Parts: sequence; C-alpha cells; structure tokens
Amino acid sequence: MAKTHVTMKVNGAEVEGLVEPRTLLVHFIRENLQMTGTHIGCETTHCGACTVDIDGMSVKSCTMFAVQAQGSDITTVEGMANADGTLSALQEGFRMMHGLQCGFCTPGMIVRAHRLLKENPSPSEQEIRMGISGNICRCTGYQNIVKAIQYAAAKINGVEFREAAE
Amino acid sequence: MIPGSFSYHRPASVADAVKLLSDLGEDARPLAGGHSLVPMMKLRLATPAHLIDLHGIAALKGIRRDGQNLVIGAMTTQHELLASDDVARSMPILHEAALLIADPQVRYRGTIGGNVANGDPGNDMPALMMTLGATYRLEGPGGSRDVAATDFYQGAYFTALEPGEILTSVSVPVPAAGHGYAYEKLKRKVGDYATAAAAVVLTMAGGKVATCSIGLTNVHETPLLAADAAKAVIGTSLDAATLKKVAAAAEAIMAPAADARGPVEYRKHVGGVMVTRALQRAASVAK
Repeated sequence: MAKTHVTMKVNGAEVEGLVEPRTLLVHFIRENLQMTGTHIGCETTHCGACTVDIDGMSVKSCTMFAVQAQGSDITTVEGMANADGTLSALQEGFRMMHGLQCGFCTPGMIVRAHRLLKENPSPSEQEIRMGISGNICRCTGYQNIVKAIQYAAAKINGVEFREAAE
Repeated sequence: MIPGSFSYHRPASVADAVKLLSDLGEDARPLAGGHSLVPMMKLRLATPAHLIDLHGIAALKGIRRDGQNLVIGAMTTQHELLASDDVARSMPILHEAALLIADPQVRYRGTIGGNVANGDPGNDMPALMMTLGATYRLEGPGGSRDVAATDFYQGAYFTALEPGEILTSVSVPVPAAGHGYAYEKLKRKVGDYATAAAAVVLTMAGGKVATCSIGLTNVHETPLLAADAAKAVIGTSLDAATLKKVAAAAEAIMAPAADARGPVEYRKHVGGVMVTRALQRAASVAK
C-alpha cells in the first residue's frame, strides 16, 4: 500500500513521516516519533491509556488513523510539563497524592485531566469521576487519581487544597 | 491490533463522497467518527478496501434551526451536541442521552450521523430519534431523499441506506414547550451499551398524559417505538395499574439477544423497568 506523507505538530514541534493509511495515530507517535509516553492498553477504545490531546479534544489515539491527524496540533504526556521543565500542577498532583501505582494508565489520565480542567477549571468530585470515565485504572480504585486532579485544580485556581473528610 | 490495508479518501464535498462511494462500490465504507468502524477493522471483522473519511466536508457539520425543526449535520459530534445551548434548551432529552453515550473521549469523535446510520441496535440515538419523530436526509447518486427514523431500521446493521448513499443530516421536530422527557438507560458500567434503555417524551394536561411517545434501545435487533405502550398511558395519571400495564405492553414487543448483558427474560424485565422509570421522571418534569 502506498505510503502517505503526513505533517503535524506534536508538543509544539513540527513533525512529519510516511505512513500507510492503516497506521494508527498511536503507532505513529510511538514508533515513528519514538515517543513512548503514550501507552497502548486495550486497543479496543475502552481503556484510555492512549489518550492524546488533538486540537483541544481528548482522543483515544488507537482509534484514529495517523493520516486523519494531518495538520493537527497534538499534545502527548511528554508535552505536559511546564515550559521550564518543572512539573505541571497535574503532574505534581499525581505525585503528591500518589495518583498512580503501576503507572500504566497515568499518561492517559494526565492528558485527559488536562483537557477536563481546561474545560471545567473547578470540577466537582462527580464531574471529575465522569470526566475520566473513559480512562481505566486497575490499581488505584481511582480515589487518589481524583484527589490528584482536585489538587491540580486547587493549585491552578490559586486556592489551598483540602482533602475531603473520609 | 492493526487493521487490514485500505486506500484513504478525504472528499471535500458530499457530491464527491457520493461519487466515490458509487464508483468504488461495496468495498468502500464511509468513515465518520470511526469509533464503531475502526475497532471492527482492528479485529478484522470489517475489511473495507477504501475508507471515505467525511471529516473534510464542512457542510456536514453544525446545528441549525429550520422552522420548528433542529437540523443537525451528520458529522456533528456528541461533544458538540452537548455544547449546544439550543439543544439543551429546546431538546433536553438529546443532551441527556448524548451524555450517556460511551465516554468523554469517544464523544469528542463520535458523531450523530454515525450513531444513527450504523444500524447498531446498541446505539442510543436511533430509538431517541424515533421517539422524537426525526427524519434523516440521505444523499446518493440519484439525488436526496428523506426517510423517517421509524422507517429506517430494518435489522441489525441493515438500514434503508442504498448503495452509494450517505446520511447527511437529521431533522428533529422541537417538542412542545413544557414537555416532559427522560432517557433511562441501564448499563453495566459507564461507557457500556444499554442492557435496556427507554426514551419518553410526553405532554401533560390537567395532571393527565395528553401525548406520549416511547422508544426502546437494545431490546430487539432494531430500535423500537412502543406505540401500544404509549397509547395506553394517554388520559391516565400514570397510576400503578397503568404503569404495570404499559411495562407489559412494552415488554411484549421486546426480543433482546441473550448475551453478556443478561438472559432474555432479564433484559425484557429491566426494559419494562426502564419504561416505567422514564414515564415517571418525564411526567415529573413536564409543565
């Protein structure tokens, strides 16, 4: 099958590559771009480990072809840190609140939570839980992931983070 | 999992898409949000030789008013439906149901056109479109035609779409001001297809049901309109005896598959429960 030339912006840098039409975006990111932060979990659009941010949308990159991302602006977990290299509020939240155990789902969780907080900077616990309902974690029971996102929301909004009483 | 090889086409107009579909024949499939088709391709349960991506067609996007109807372009995503104030205000059941589809990531990509045109009995929008009395615009090599949602579904994945045709928009009559509505969906977990779901749109007058429409999701190989059940609530105040009778009437037309969501009897039973709950909630929000 003839290959197609694609160009897109990933974490602020212009990238290009030759892909077959059937190349999934996640494979392009991991194999052509050698950026392996974006994970492949279920491969059937359920788990959300492959979530990347495309033109302001959280997208499961295993369910989109690389050719469809032609000209788009993509952010992966590698692009989540602050410009000076320090941890973003979300990354800090996941660290401080122990929002991960094995860490496999974490790239998708952080990228998804990033868009959630852009759209809703002060989400309720319920809104956070529904907002990350496309991301599956098999370790944490989600409790500390929710806290990590609440921590980040508080930090972004410049208010003190208080854990809800158990 | 990697899909089989295919040629990728990205037409810029409906006419070009229709021409591609007609010329390429049965080996070509239109690609909307892709969240049904792409997983099927990865599993090699679908192996189209050509994909015709509809994302490049601006005319398929957007929500507009046309008299008493909302006309929704086929490539409008569930996320865009949820962001629409007009939908939330004039057709809140559409907002409610869109929020119950899959998960946030899927809703950014999943489209109303793909949802209604795929013919998957598990999809939520078809029964809702039947309940609301929607009409689908189909465009093909011979021009365009309108098909009522109630006439569109012929079997699981079999619809009124002819070869070379694509569904370009849905036109939904705005329900009467003060109408009551509810979409009750039982599912095993967030993001799942319905074990059973019921859509109700009704109007009340003097404490009694004046008009009523009931749709059913995933309890048959096609979405269903429960016409007898809806007729049985007219003129009642939804008392316990009526609700029992209506649930039985709805269950009588259900023929769900036995699958991981439960055996036939269970799915019919909870289908009746969804109808009951949707009727009660719809009546409670009607003005």
